[in-house]
Amino acid sequence: MLDVLILGAGVTGCSIARELSRYDLNVLVVDKHSDVCEGTSKANSGIVHAGYDAKPGTLKAKLNVEGNSLIKELSEELDFPFRENGSLVLCFDEKDRDVINKLYDQGVTNGVKGLQIIEKDRIKELEPNVTDDAVCALYAPSAGVVCPFLLTIAMAENASVNGVNFSLKTECDLIEKTESGYRVRTNKGTFETKTVVNAAGVSSDVFHNMVSDKKIKIIPRKGEYLLMDRTVGGTVSHTIFQLPTKLGKGVLVTQTVHGNLLVGPNANDIEDGEEVSTTADGLSEVAAKAALSIPGLPGRQTITSFAGVRAHEENGDFILGECEDAPGFYDAAGIESPGLTCAPAIGVMLACMIADKLNADLKNDFINTRKGIPNPKEMTREEYEALIKENPLYANVICRCETITEGEIVDSIRRPLGASTLDGVKRRTRAGMGRCQAGFCSPKVAEILAREMGTDIGDIRKNDPGSEILKGYIKEDL
Amino acid sequence: MNKRKLVIIGGGPAGLAAAMGAREAGVSDILILERDDRLGGILNQCIHNGFGLHTFKEELTGPEYASRFIDRVKEAGIEYRTGAMVTGLKPGDNGTVTVTVMGRRFGLEDITAGAVILAMGCRERSRGALNIPGYRPAGIYTAGTAQRFVNIEGRMPGKDVIILGSGDIGLIMARRMTLEGAKVHLVAELNPYSGGLKRNIAQCLNDFDIPLMLSHTVVDIKGRKRIESVTIAEVDEKSKPIPGSEKEYPCDTLLLSCGLIPENELTGMLGASINPVTGGPVVSESLMTDIQGVFACGNVLHVHDLVDYVSEEAAQAGKNAAAYLNGALRAEGKKHTLIAKNGVRYTVPASIDPGNMEDKQIVRFRVGKNYRGATVKVTCGDEVLSSVKRPVMAPGEMEQVILKKEVLTKLPEGADITFEIVE
Amino acid sequence: MSEIKEFVCIRCPLGCNVKAEVSEGEIVSITGNTCPRGAEYVTAELTAPMRTVTSIVTVDGGVRPVVSVKTASDIPKGEIMNCVKAIKESKVTAPITIGQVIVADVCGTGVDVIATDNCDAVQEG
Repeated sequence: MLDVLILGAGVTGCSIARELSRYDLNVLVVDKHSDVCEGTSKANSGIVHAGYDAKPGTLKAKLNVEGNSLIKELSEELDFPFRENGSLVLCFDEKDRDVINKLYDQGVTNGVKGLQIIEKDRIKELEPNVTDDAVCALYAPSAGVVCPFLLTIAMAENASVNGVNFSLKTECDLIEKTESGYRVRTNKGTFETKTVVNAAGVSSDVFHNMVSDKKIKIIPRKGEYLLMDRTVGGTVSHTIFQLPTKLGKGVLVTQTVHGNLLVGPNANDIEDGEEVSTTADGLSEVAAKAALSIPGLPGRQTITSFAGVRAHEENGDFILGECEDAPGFYDAAGIESPGLTCAPAIGVMLACMIADKLNADLKNDFINTRKGIPNPKEMTREEYEALIKENPLYANVICRCETITEGEIVDSIRRPLGASTLDGVKRRTRAGMGRCQAGFCSPKVAEILAREMGTDIGDIRKNDPGSEILKGYIKEDL
Repeated sequence: MNKRKLVIIGGGPAGLAAAMGAREAGVSDILILERDDRLGGILNQCIHNGFGLHTFKEELTGPEYASRFIDRVKEAGIEYRTGAMVTGLKPGDNGTVTVTVMGRRFGLEDITAGAVILAMGCRERSRGALNIPGYRPAGIYTAGTAQRFVNIEGRMPGKDVIILGSGDIGLIMARRMTLEGAKVHLVAELNPYSGGLKRNIAQCLNDFDIPLMLSHTVVDIKGRKRIESVTIAEVDEKSKPIPGSEKEYPCDTLLLSCGLIPENELTGMLGASINPVTGGPVVSESLMTDIQGVFACGNVLHVHDLVDYVSEEAAQAGKNAAAYLNGALRAEGKKHTLIAKNGVRYTVPASIDPGNMEDKQIVRFRVGKNYRGATVKVTCGDEVLSSVKRPVMAPGEMEQVILKKEVLTKLPEGADITFEIVE
Repeated sequence: MSEIKEFVCIRCPLGCNVKAEVSEGEIVSITGNTCPRGAEYVTAELTAPMRTVTSIVTVDGGVRPVVSVKTASDIPKGEIMNCVKAIKESKVTAPITIGQVIVADVCGTGVDVIATDNCDAVQEG
C-alpha cells in the first residue's frame, strides 16, 4: 500500500514529490511519458514571474510571490540555473497608462517587492532595442528566468534520492475509491494507495472527474514560440511583456537563462491537449507581435520553433487541495502561468496538507541539496583541468554548438532518474540545443546512450516509445 | 605553452590541402587539428563518386579522394591530431593567435600559433532555421546526418522518404537511400531551380524515377512520435504556399537538404568580419581574414560545390600563410575593393592588393538566378577587365574569373573593381 | 523521321546539356557537349547506358561496421539493383584496404566491386 501516488511528473508533480520526500512516506510518481518534464513543463517561457498579474486573493497571486522567492533559494539548494533579470511590461499608448497603474497596485497588494513605473528614457536605458513607441512600463526587478527542464529534473532527482519512486511510461486509465484510499489502474499494474495527487496537467480534469461529482474542465491552450541563436540573446536582457490580454500575458521577448532569445507565446484554445504542432500562421503571429516590442527582432537567427499547451481551468484559478467529495484525492489542477513560478510553493502547500492527513513525521535523513552535472563553463581553468584529469571524457566535445562533452552526457545518463533518450540528454545537458539542432551530435549521443545502456543504437529513441531514431539495417529490404 | 608556426583547424579536404600547400612553400612546423577520430572530414561519408576529375584527372569517391591527400600529408610527415576539438581562438601577443583545443587523449591545451588557417567546413541548415511548421517527431534529419547513419553506421534512418531541398547532398541521398532499399517518394524544392548539380539530378533522381517538384515546399509535418506524413504545397514567385495546392504524402522520414552554412563560430571569437551573403569571413587576395595571420579556405570561407576547387583554394591559402610567416605579405598596400552587383552575389576574395597577388588571381563567386548566354563583366571605372559570355550559369554552381597581375598593376591604386552579370 | 533527344551529361560536374539527333535508330549528330566524353556518354545512353555503382558493405571485425565500395568501372545501368544485392550477399572481414576486391565479376559484368576506404581490424584484447 502506497501512502501517496502522484499522477504526473511535470514541474508540479515533481515539486510535490520532492516536498513529500521530507516525510516518512511511501511515495510513487507515475507518468505516461518516458521521462519527467515531458508535458506542459517542457514547453513554456521559463519565466519566474514577479507576481503582479494575478488578481489579489487568488491562489495564483499568493503562490506566485511565494514561489518567486522559493525558486531563488531552490536554485542554490538544487543547483539549477536561475537568473533574476527583471521584467518590463510595456505600455504603447498613454491611454493605457491606467492599466499599468492597476498592475502596479495589484502587485503591491500581492506583496511584490521593488515594483516601479518607469518612463521612456529609463526604458531605453535598460533596453536600448525596445520600440520608441513604449511610453511607460512596469518594471519588476524580482522577475527572473529559469531553465524549466532543469528545475523539474532537479526536484525529481532530489525526490528520488530521498526515496520517492518513479514509474515512467505508466498510463493510468482508472481510479476507484476503496475502503482505505484509492485503487489506480495503469498499464504497469494496479496500485493501492492511501492518497492520490492529481498533477496531470492538461489531463487533470479526466482524473478529477473519475472520483468527483463536482466536475472540472481543463481547456488546453496552445502557445507557440520561436527560439533564436545565442548570438542574438543580448537583444534584450530583461523579460519584455506587453499589456496583458484576456487570453494571457501576451507575447514576450526574453533572454533565456542559457542566453538564447525566446519569443512567444500566442494563445489558441484547442481540443486535444497533446496537439503540440506549430503552424505557419501562429509563428508569423508570434514574430509580428514580438516585433511590436522589439522592432529589429532578428528573426533570421531562429534555430527552432515549438508549441506548448497550458492547462487552463475554465474559472481561471488553480484548483489545489483535497477534493471535497473525494477525501484523500488531492488536486493540483489548472496549473497554467504562473504555474512554473508557483510550483515550489504548490509543492510545499500540498505536501503539508497530505502529511497532516497521514500524520507523517519528518525524516531526519532528508538530503536537501543536489548537485547538477558538472558544468565546465562555470569553472575556472584550473578546476576544469582537474576535472579532465579525473575524467578525460570531459575533454571530448560531442555537441559542438553548445560545447557539451562526453563526460556531461555520461553523467546525465548515469545519475538518478538519468536520461535514456536523446531528448532526455538534451534537456539535462543542452547537447543538441544549439544552432545546428543536433544534426552534428545526435548520432554520437545515440552511440553513447546505446553504450551506457548496454543496448543497440537501433533501440535509441528521441523520447517516448515509437520515436526510435533508426529503422533497421542497410539493404535488409533489397 | 605549446608554440607552433602554423596551426590548421580542420583535417578535411581544405585542411589537408592547406597543410600540403604550406609544406611545399617551406613551412616545417605545421599542426593539423581534427575533431573526428580520423582525417578526411565529411569526405569519409561521401561514398559516391565524382570527386577529383580536376585534381587527379580521374573520378574518385570521397574516401578515395581524402585518402590521396591523407597519404600525402603522412608522407610529408606533417603532424596532426585527431579527436581534437578547437573551442577557442583569440589574438595573442605579437601577432600570434592562441588556439584552445580539447581532446580525450590530451585534455585541455592552449597552443600559440604564428599563423592559423581556418578550415572548419560548414554545417547544414536545420529544420528550425527553415521554420517548417508542424509536429517535432523523430524521423526528421538533415541529409548529411542521414548520410552518416547510412554510410558510416550502416543503419537506415527510415524507409519511406521525402526529401526537401535539392542541394547536392539531398540528391545524392535520394540515390543512396534507394540503393539501400528505401522508397524515396519525391524531392521538393522551394526555388524554381535546383540547388544541386545537373548531373546529380540526372543520375540520382531521373535514373530512379524520383520526381523533382520545383517551387514546392513542406507546409506541415504530422506524427507525434515518428513522422507519419508531410504536406507539400506549391509556392508562388514570393515563395509563399499557394492555398489549395496542398497534398499530404505519407512517409516515415523527411530529409532536409536546404543549404549549407559556413561554420564560423571560432572566426567570430577572433572578431573577424563576416560576409553576410556567404556566412564566411571577408578575405583578401591572400585569403587572409581581417585578423592578421588568420587565413580561411574551403567551405568555412564560402560553400563550394566541388571539392577539387576546395583543394585548389586551400593549397593557395597554405602557400599564402607560408608567405606571411616569411614576412613576404605586405599589410599596408593599397587594395582594390571587389564590388559584387547585378546578379553577382559575392566575390571571394573581397579585395586585392596587387602587391601581394601572384601572376593570376582566381576570383570565385555565385550568381543569384539562372542565366542563359549572359556575360560576366569585370570593370574598373570605364575600363573592362574581363567580359566572358557563359552558356549557362546557375545559383547552384560556383563561377570563377581569373584576373591577371599585369592588368591590375596598371589600374589606379585602390580603385574599386566591379563584378556583374550583363544579359 | 529524325528525333532530337536531350541529355545532361553526367561524366563530370559541368553537366553539359547534350542533344542527339537520332534517325531510324542511328545517331545522326551530337551537339552541346564540351568534350568528347559528352559524346561518348550520349552514345552509350542511346545504346547501352552504363553507371558506376557506389555502396557500402558490412564488415566483420572492423573498427567500423561498414566500408564503402564501388564498381571498378561502369556496369550496365540495368544491373544496378542486382549489383547492390550482390554486395549485400558478400561477406568481408577486416582489415580492408582501398582497392581490395569485394565482389569479383559482379553479376557477370566482368567488373569487380572494390573497396574505396580502409577499415582496420579491431585489436584483440
